[in-house]
Amino acid sequence: MNLLLLVEQGLNGLQLGVMLFLMAAGLTLVFGIMDMINLAHGSLYMVGAYLTATLAPLLDSFALAVLVALPLAALVGMAVEVVALRTLYRREHLDQVLATFGLILFFNELVRIVWGPQPIFLKPPPWLAGTVEIIPGVPYPAFRLAIIAVGLAVAVFLYLLITRTRTGMLIRAGASNREMLGALGVDVKRLYTLVFGLGAALAALAGAMAGPILAVQVGMGESVLILTFVVIVIGGLGSVRGAFVGALLVGMVDTLARALLPTVLRTMMPPSQADGLGASLASMTIYILMAAVLAWKPRGLFPAHA
Amino acid sequence: MRESRRETLVILVGLAFLLALPFLAEAAGKGFYVTLFSRILIFALAAVSLDLILGYGGMVSFGHAAFVGVGAYVVGILSWHVFDGSPMMTWPFPVEGTENAFVVWPLAALMGGLFALVIGAISLRTTGISFIMITLAFAQMLFYLAIGLRKYGGEDGIALYNKSQLAPAVDLFDRTTFYYVCLAILAAFLVLCRRLVRSRFGMAVRGSRINERRMKALGFSPYRYKLTAFVISGAGAGLSGALLANAAEFVGPAYMSWQRSGELIVMVVLGGMGTLFGPVAGAAAFVLLEEWLSDLTEHWQVILGPVLLFVVVFARRGIWGWIAGPAREDR
Amino acid sequence: MLETRDLYKHFGGLVATDRVSLSIRQGELHAVIGPNGAGKTTLIAQLAGELRPDGGAILFDGRDVTRMPVQRRAAAGLARSFQITSVFPSFSALANVALAVQAHAGHSFRFWKPAARDGALTGPAREALELVGLGPRADVPAELLSHGEQRQLEIAMALATRPRMLLLDEPMAGMGPAEGASMVDLLGKLKRRYTILLIEHDMDAVFALADWITVLVHGAVIATGSPDEIRSDREVRRAYLGEETA
Repeated sequence: MNLLLLVEQGLNGLQLGVMLFLMAAGLTLVFGIMDMINLAHGSLYMVGAYLTATLAPLLDSFALAVLVALPLAALVGMAVEVVALRTLYRREHLDQVLATFGLILFFNELVRIVWGPQPIFLKPPPWLAGTVEIIPGVPYPAFRLAIIAVGLAVAVFLYLLITRTRTGMLIRAGASNREMLGALGVDVKRLYTLVFGLGAALAALAGAMAGPILAVQVGMGESVLILTFVVIVIGGLGSVRGAFVGALLVGMVDTLARALLPTVLRTMMPPSQADGLGASLASMTIYILMAAVLAWKPRGLFPAHA
Repeated sequence: MRESRRETLVILVGLAFLLALPFLAEAAGKGFYVTLFSRILIFALAAVSLDLILGYGGMVSFGHAAFVGVGAYVVGILSWHVFDGSPMMTWPFPVEGTENAFVVWPLAALMGGLFALVIGAISLRTTGISFIMITLAFAQMLFYLAIGLRKYGGEDGIALYNKSQLAPAVDLFDRTTFYYVCLAILAAFLVLCRRLVRSRFGMAVRGSRINERRMKALGFSPYRYKLTAFVISGAGAGLSGALLANAAEFVGPAYMSWQRSGELIVMVVLGGMGTLFGPVAGAAAFVLLEEWLSDLTEHWQVILGPVLLFVVVFARRGIWGWIAGPAREDR
Repeated sequence: MLETRDLYKHFGGLVATDRVSLSIRQGELHAVIGPNGAGKTTLIAQLAGELRPDGGAILFDGRDVTRMPVQRRAAAGLARSFQITSVFPSFSALANVALAVQAHAGHSFRFWKPAARDGALTGPAREALELVGLGPRADVPAELLSHGEQRQLEIAMALATRPRMLLLDEPMAGMGPAEGASMVDLLGKLKRRYTILLIEHDMDAVFALADWITVLVHGAVIATGSPDEIRSDREVRRAYLGEETA
């Protein structure tokens, strides 16, 4: 394991982290402000990927497809919120779990009906298809670099939105004390829909950017969703800052564990065993991380509630 | 123990039906229903064990399928070693493969309980949304672990060549025999659970669900009782996993998927939370609905999704509340 | 029996408990009164263990319980009734109180015998219900009891835990005159047998029952003394009535 490979894996970890952040930011706000557990968030990620994959060949441009897909996904998200999720805000978490579980089944099947069960391919835009040597001697896929750049830009944007704008202030207030917000006469319904739409757009962006790297297929949302949950638990419900830190942490730990563990184990046991055990242990690492964080801080690193 | 008359009647009718089912099915020439109902009984066992913590304890665990999977893998791994002839481990003490039901089935329950102990001990330090997510996350961890077990089939799982051996006279390959074994186990578990939820322990768990603040003010430490309930629930799930492995003659990571966990929750809620018998009806309804819908269309999940939504939002008491009437909580 | 020393609690910039020092003797009925927002509920929350004070100490029966969690204080004999009724609505009154009895009957890892038929639980539970006057209503689900009866149930549950001391948070809240009078009678019966910290708004009840009164305003103690002393205290009148003199 030389230094160059390490740097490359570090960048991969950063890229995964940034994507997880896009997923986690919207979701943690929904959890924190609306106290609603939304299992269907992964479906929005999937919708983003599918819309981009469909629009890209039509518009003959990846970037344009993303620009169109995002607001569309946000609209879908807001529509779902108004139609199906509004009644759930005051319900018990169990009801929310079941209802959004039903939504997942519905969306997965709907996508399967419209697009078919086979994965579809999404090519990265030609101008990002090559590699870039950001550090001399380390060629790194340009597309992945773009993901990191976009993710960090979104992080900055969200930071500004939440700390500098009035809407952001309402969001922060809602995350720490939602009853107070209603009592202060804020149009809570509109805020909720807005937050939900924002989360949907972010998830769709993550899906669109993930498309070229992973396959665009039914059920892609769920595996990312579980990782997102881990991120949010580690970061703390309702905190975008927590989502950022948690996402980078999870992204780095997961990627580096997968890259390093088999190699480390190979020094101790035969290769085939090392690889198998290494892969298993690596996939468990972030859960162990989560358990460790919870043991130290049961409500996550930066919980938003007072 | 006073039960409402109507509920007792429904239970007796249901039991009579289940006892007679194999004869009815064979007579109608639809023997496959025996196999189908065996599946229902096994899922019912898992659902009832979930009801203990979900309906009575108020713990929304989205990782219950993991314990089912653990139990199934216990059977699967030990059976594989019989087939392979190699011992499962030699250190610290030798463990040979076995298909003896009297060994593997209790072991499956034990392992289910053990995993529940570890997962529960960590998860129960949180509540609400965090608890749901953490149980889900741990179940996923086990799911990926199972996929990583390349020796035991990895993603493809293990096919079992033999069912567990119960006793020379009891041949589990005979579907009717297997059915009655499952029925007996489910019935025994239900009797146990009935006692459990009415005992002091049960009251402590139920009180913690209804008003945990009050429980603490009275002097209870809810954590220890909830954890114990979680462990018992995990053991029940483990046992159902052992039976599932026998029924399907197959063990695979899919048994632990989050979809399965979700389905178990659906069975409990559909049937009626906090009633013990409701989840049995819920398991039956779910499995039968799945059968019926998948005959209708390949895309049955598009229908099931909104159906679930509808049930959850509007039909709160579940099937059991509908047929057996409302329950008195303190009985 | 119960003592606080310079108890201090703040929420951001707001000081809810401002160096409160109380001393409650065994067998005493000590009333804490004060206008709304004076910090009485915050005080009880800290005494019971639901809130961690930012400064100061709480001693119960000589032991420092400042950091002790709620359930351990309750197990040590500090019982509480809530201002907003907090019972088990779907359980019968008897089951509610039986659960309270159970809390102090050792561990609850008994899995076989039905609790509803356990004489060791239902016996003392019925006694407690009789004491508060709910005897005939034992089998009624708590949610179907009248408001006044529910307040009585709160007291019964607190009593069933065989406490050394009772923290009663506005037991007469929301009660009409007749119900209030029977509550006063009940509290009078309990007076000598238990040490009681009583938070109440009903001044007649307070002056009729209290051995000692502490007045809390804006989180701080402005006066503490016997009922007669408090009645004639100028500061108290000004705080309560907003007038110069009476």
